[in-house]
Amino acid sequence: MNRTATRIAVAAGLIVFGLARLPIERSLETAQKTAFLRAEPLNLGLRDQLGQLSYAAALSGFRSLVAAFLWIEAHTAWEQTAWGRMAGLFRTVTSLQPRSLVYWDLSSWHMAWNAAIAAYQNPKEPSEFLRRRAEREYHLLGKEFLEQGIANNPERYLLHERLGVLLRDKLSDHLGAAEAFEKAASMEGAPPYVKRLGAYELATVEGREQEAYDKLKSIYDLGPDERKPRVLSLLHELEQKLNIPAEQRHVPVDTE
Amino acid sequence: MIRRISAIAAVTWTELVRLKVFYFIIIFALLVIGNSFFLARFSFEEEFQMLKDIALGAMSIFSALLAILASATLLPKDIEDRTIYTILAKPVSRFEYLLGKLAGVFSLVAFAVFLMGAVFAVVLVLRTQIVLHSTSVELAALPAAELQAALQKIRDAGHDPSLLAAGLVILFKAWLLAAMTVFISTFATSTIFTTITAFAAYFIGHLQATAREYWMAGGDVGPAAKIILALVALVFPDLQAFNLVDGVVTGTPIPPEVLFKTVALGCGYIAVYTALAAAVFQTREL
Repeated sequence: MNRTATRIAVAAGLIVFGLARLPIERSLETAQKTAFLRAEPLNLGLRDQLGQLSYAAALSGFRSLVAAFLWIEAHTAWEQTAWGRMAGLFRTVTSLQPRSLVYWDLSSWHMAWNAAIAAYQNPKEPSEFLRRRAEREYHLLGKEFLEQGIANNPERYLLHERLGVLLRDKLSDHLGAAEAFEKAASMEGAPPYVKRLGAYELATVEGREQEAYDKLKSIYDLGPDERKPRVLSLLHELEQKLNIPAEQRHVPVDTE
Repeated sequence: MIRRISAIAAVTWTELVRLKVFYFIIIFALLVIGNSFFLARFSFEEEFQMLKDIALGAMSIFSALLAILASATLLPKDIEDRTIYTILAKPVSRFEYLLGKLAGVFSLVAFAVFLMGAVFAVVLVLRTQIVLHSTSVELAALPAAELQAALQKIRDAGHDPSLLAAGLVILFKAWLLAAMTVFISTFATSTIFTTITAFAAYFIGHLQATAREYWMAGGDVGPAAKIILALVALVFPDLQAFNLVDGVVTGTPIPPEVLFKTVALGCGYIAVYTALAAAVFQTREL
């Protein structure tokens, strides 16, 4: 076979191999996506945030590396209390690594806790109303990070738990917190205290006492390890509130 | 045949080692160890996450660079130095020569990935032990069960068996790149052309999956663009399939069947690129 014929045969071989591997690659892509091992392609909006070099690096399979360096940059911004810059960097990092719980969790924490407090204590803003409003905006930004993180990690409990904490401690949304804790508790790997946290929050919601009581009762029935002082005190409180007959009560009346 | 191939592989290995290619391991070690000291001021979750990000990212970069640069010089250098004539004058077929050269590069890349993996593992284990020790001291007052839960969390963040699987996939990606570069070098006329083409193929390979999906979906694409997309999808390898590091560093495990399919696809690429390289090399005028 002469050189030209060989080259034509090789080019044809390359195309035939390409056609043969198409279904294999597509099925592998689906399997990798199902296992959360293949991220969605980068959108063009990220190019402006990353700069040409980092965008090219991220396109070349180094998303996690670029994300790590940007996270270090965000840490430097934190040391300089540059909250706006931090928020932008967090958005970029979480877009690059949407499966990283650490990045979502800490982005939310920095915004809802650190940035929010800094906004409230801003000495340059004399108006308390405006400081409160800025604080609340950072709380909501923290919540937004967690909600986006949950959308990208629907099968992992941690961000649901963190959302519960944020709703409870920063937004006083006890029903929302109870639902978030409940969702987290239903997921694989969730520690037992998450279920308790959900029941505690539900117990504070007006009109949901019976439901909270049932949940606390089921926790109580799990055994002595789960009968924490707060479980007992809330059970006792709800038994009184719901007028549970003495013989059905979990906490004897004399513990009052 | 095996003896002849292994002899060529051994010479190739020695030639590449004499080029001091392993110096990059020092840079890698400095990067990982230096970073681990710098990252110590972060929380342990952040520290381990970034240590894995940086170490596995650097392993990917260095192994790809090594595979492409080492393979690009193989044939052109032997032709330039005229050593290829001495070898092929002996009872060594061109196919055996090519396989020997590839085996030499493959073993070098494997050794480099192993060394980088070992440095990374040592740093990760040491950092995990340091964090475990400091946490046990700090939380000594906690009830035993809570302390154990906290320590287990650190162990889980530090030790992840999927990191081994990620290392294996990095190795297969580097081998694929080496086979592809050798294939390019069989019809290339210079080392520079081979290197540039291999790097271009590397970048395009990471976008192949996107091109493939656009082509398959049809959609609002003109005929010329469709032909280009088809060519990209059919000619270039899907390198995103070997980019599982991003998922692994976030704690996502690699299911065995996904690992097996990925490795099998890598083997398929290597076999086909080697066969095509052999076919071109067979008729090449020397």
